[in-house]
Amino acid sequence: MPPTDEILVHARGLTKRFDAFTAVNAVDFDVRTAEAFGFLGPNGAGKTSTMRMIACSSPVTEGDLTVIGMDPRTQAPQIKARLGVVPQADNLDAELSVEENLLMYARYFDMPMSVARPRAAELLEFMQLTERAGDQVEPLSGGMKRRLTIARALINDPELIILDEPTTGLDPQARHLLWERLYRLKQRGATLIITTHYMDEAEQLCDRLVVMDKAAIVAAGTPRELIEKYATREVLELRIPDGARSSLDGRLDGLAERIEELPDRYLLYADDGEHALEGVHGREIPIDSALVRRATLEDVFLRLTGRSLVE
Amino acid sequence: MAVIAGSRPGPPPIANALTGAVAGAARVLQRNLMVYRRTWRGSLFGSFLTPLLYLTAMGIGLSQLMARGGTDMLGGVRYLDFLGPGILASSCMQTASFESTYPIMGKISWRRNYEAILATPMEVHHLLIGELSWIAFRMTSMATVFLIVLTVFGIPRSPLALLAIPAAVLTGVAFAAPIIAFAATRHNDSGFAALFRFVINPLFLFSGTFFPVSQLPDAGEWVAAATPLYHGVALVRGAVLDSMPATWPLHLAYLVVFVGATGYVAYRLLRRRLVK
Repeated sequence: MPPTDEILVHARGLTKRFDAFTAVNAVDFDVRTAEAFGFLGPNGAGKTSTMRMIACSSPVTEGDLTVIGMDPRTQAPQIKARLGVVPQADNLDAELSVEENLLMYARYFDMPMSVARPRAAELLEFMQLTERAGDQVEPLSGGMKRRLTIARALINDPELIILDEPTTGLDPQARHLLWERLYRLKQRGATLIITTHYMDEAEQLCDRLVVMDKAAIVAAGTPRELIEKYATREVLELRIPDGARSSLDGRLDGLAERIEELPDRYLLYADDGEHALEGVHGREIPIDSALVRRATLEDVFLRLTGRSLVE
Repeated sequence: MAVIAGSRPGPPPIANALTGAVAGAARVLQRNLMVYRRTWRGSLFGSFLTPLLYLTAMGIGLSQLMARGGTDMLGGVRYLDFLGPGILASSCMQTASFESTYPIMGKISWRRNYEAILATPMEVHHLLIGELSWIAFRMTSMATVFLIVLTVFGIPRSPLALLAIPAAVLTGVAFAAPIIAFAATRHNDSGFAALFRFVINPLFLFSGTFFPVSQLPDAGEWVAAATPLYHGVALVRGAVLDSMPATWPLHLAYLVVFVGATGYVAYRLLRRRLVK
């Protein structure tokens, strides 16, 4: 099902403060029905606080927020009845079995057992957990716990699924399996809101996304739009011998739209990377290696949020 | 032209506050029973063992000694009769207290079960009422087992002894509510050891379980009378020995008011901890 024009989550001036600390500062965004919408940003950018407000787990400090046509301030239980929430860290019930985790969660949604049992069996199948149905949760691998957490979030057949860093800490096989399952959910018409700091994940899954930094939204659009706006089509990565770096002064200028100097290499942002490389050769600049690649969301992300470490 | 999604018609998930609270609490109780299904044998065995050991060791051993000094101080009953209901009430205090410390802390912060539950239409008061209902269930089964053991020792005087069950429930909940409130303010478990050492154990020793509170100096007597265990012991003993004191409405009122007040504090503190 393609994204529609219907707006499922509507935020204007949405703000979250903890005492003096502002976690989310007056952000505006709209999530449309049946799209996958991403929140990107470094740690502490305000992604999780935003997600928790949408999930009605955290009260809105200021601003307007509408979720599935309802107001989280007054209709939180009604909204939650139609949401699926996958938190950043798994909070499965370690004292219950895999299947009991799903059955009990269905009870919290007021689903009768007669409905919950077939639904749980179906979800265990969908998440490839059927063989582990009777097992305790603790011995499961990280990927299996993640899949169980997602299965649990689907028990009430939610219209909106909120996933906070769904694949952090998983191995590549587990990530690809999850991506494939999330894609299938989207095909069936579910709306997804995802936070991540994996750019490949955002490119794979998200129709549209916003980049958050220091509690604010700094860019918004489709992955392609963001790359066009904040990066060039291609990037030329150059490694220059240490001895030659000091005598380089300005000889790269003009070869690309933008040049970034990193401790180990230079990044030349250009629409035609090969053409820029010819220029480098033409100016007889000594290089150890050169690589032309397409610009990615990662280039956009680093440009917008900086390269310094956030801790 | 973009439109904002409308609310689908249909009843809200929880039709009214009262049925909502009962239904929500019932789910928390159901979850605990689901876990208990795997552990009930050990727990029930413990409920048999505790009174058996106390009554054998202290009741039979000590009461031989004490019988020589006369039993006037105990209101003219055998020491075994005096001790049995006292142990019942104080065991309820201990189990209810333990259940309200580490398991609650685990659900708040170690395993974050409450976070998972609050992502559904369930609300904080459902959690609290559910946990207190669970304590009530545990107290009911414990008191029933205790009464069986007491009967084996020939302690209960009449069917009025069955009233010890609701009295035990009230005693347990009167400890669970304030201790859940305390657990909601803790960020690690170091406070719990102190709680047991400085509050629960002294109460166990000085609230009328082993000897009448009237033996204490006046100040001690007043302190004991301010704690819920004292009132719980009075009601349980009155029921088991068919000698309900004339002051029973006061004991009952004290426990009910205490549960209401500390339960409300527990709700506020849990909410502050879980909804940020």
